[in-house]
Amino acid sequence: MFEMLGTYFSYPFVRYAMLVGVLIALSSSLLGVSLVLKRFSFIGDGLSHVAFGAMAVATVLDVGNDTAVVLPVTIGSAILLLRTGQNAKLKGDAVIAMISVGALACGYLFLNLFSKSANLTGDVCSTLFGSTAILTLSITDVWLCIFMSVLVMILFTIFYHRIFAVTFDETFAQATGMNVKRYDLLIAVVTASVIVLAMKLAGSLLISALIIFPALSAMRIFKNFFGVVVMSAVLSVICAASGILCSILASTPVGATVVCMDILAFVLCSLAGMCMKR
Amino acid sequence: MVNKMAQILCRDVALGYEGKAVIQHLNFEVNQGDYLCIVGENGSGKSTLMKALLKLKAPMSGEIRMGDGLEADGIGYLPQQTVVQKDFPASVQEIVRSGCLGRFGWRPFYGRKEKEAAAEQMEKLGITRLAGRCYRELSGGQQQRVLLARAMCATRYMLLLDEPVAGLDPVAVQEMYELLEELNRKEKITIIMVSHDLHAAVAYADHILHISEEPLFFGTKEDYLKSGIGKAYLSATGGGRIV
Repeated sequence: MFEMLGTYFSYPFVRYAMLVGVLIALSSSLLGVSLVLKRFSFIGDGLSHVAFGAMAVATVLDVGNDTAVVLPVTIGSAILLLRTGQNAKLKGDAVIAMISVGALACGYLFLNLFSKSANLTGDVCSTLFGSTAILTLSITDVWLCIFMSVLVMILFTIFYHRIFAVTFDETFAQATGMNVKRYDLLIAVVTASVIVLAMKLAGSLLISALIIFPALSAMRIFKNFFGVVVMSAVLSVICAASGILCSILASTPVGATVVCMDILAFVLCSLAGMCMKR
Repeated sequence: MVNKMAQILCRDVALGYEGKAVIQHLNFEVNQGDYLCIVGENGSGKSTLMKALLKLKAPMSGEIRMGDGLEADGIGYLPQQTVVQKDFPASVQEIVRSGCLGRFGWRPFYGRKEKEAAAEQMEKLGITRLAGRCYRELSGGQQQRVLLARAMCATRYMLLLDEPVAGLDPVAVQEMYELLEELNRKEKITIIMVSHDLHAAVAYADHILHISEEPLFFGTKEDYLKSGIGKAYLSATGGGRIV
């Protein structure tokens, strides 16, 4: 087994996949804590569908670099979703459902109507579920991923206490003079960017799992914010690394394997949490 | 009018949403060390007034002036509990310290000053031994003390409390009122409280603002008890607590 792994890891694209996978998992888990606690889990889900729609359009238009189209569109939608959440003519969750399903449908329709690709179903499937995309990363993608992940980590560290305050009690934070909207905006923009990056790892239907599972698992066990953040980051990295290894050894789809690892971790943490209560 | 500048001065203020006034012609002032209770029925604009005092909402007309070096971020606010907080994984210490964030500038982490301030407030409110405990596992009364300690970290002059005893059991309610009275007397902290509990308001506050579409009464407690509206309201609600 180790020999086999050794052979695989002598290929640079496998090493890239590992590095990028771990970094993406780390940054999405950091964001996840705040999103889950703010009851924003669905925004992540909605945005990933928007990213799929944008990806479809980018493919059809044959843009050289997909990310250049997908990233701005997703960030734009993130800002839009937050805005509508605040002045509620249409209720927040309904808007998210509307946008996400709409983007999914339009994206698929576009691909069907205009795609020149011979293997349409395969394309759609890989965008939705990730599959091999992570093994075909260009060196630009790898650097972009490293840059974005480091940026997310730095932002999270600098604003750690403020993110806590805004997440725990928005009204109080506002009353003490913090510009809450600015932090919401920051969280939305960073979430959108992480989702676009994570599409390569898990595909757009599975990204939410990377965001919410580690945070939920950590919350079963830890009872303070700091503990939850650290634990969810550690869990996410372990799950991503082991998931990618498994998928290499058993040639299973990468994204789905990583998500299954996250589910397993969640079950274990829930059991541990129950035992600790007794 | 007194010579000394009031901490809060409200002149002919109208508040409302989307151009429709909830309350208008509001006049009152709050001085250092006052204990003001804002009472009124549901929907009478109490929460809206609270938001305006915190500068989260601009008045439609009139002016709210803050004096005595009091800025909006110098007010300690005790909001009503939200759903989010019911299962939030946070330790007592983390929550209390977050009260210091308002006057923090751009530094990313807490310094010694903030940590000491938080420890001092926790000691004052008798929750030091709870510092490492999880907030959601505390009793209602303990949770309110934690939020009160956080509010005290944000201010030295004034506490603004939104229904601070809602959902507490009778013993905790009593303790909360005594705690507030002590802060008001000993620390000379101005207290403004929104409450349904008219009888407690009359028992502890020294000024009453009674609102209902129009401001019905503002003045000292003694005057309120003599006034027609005070008498009518108190007798109508009987001896029991209104929740």
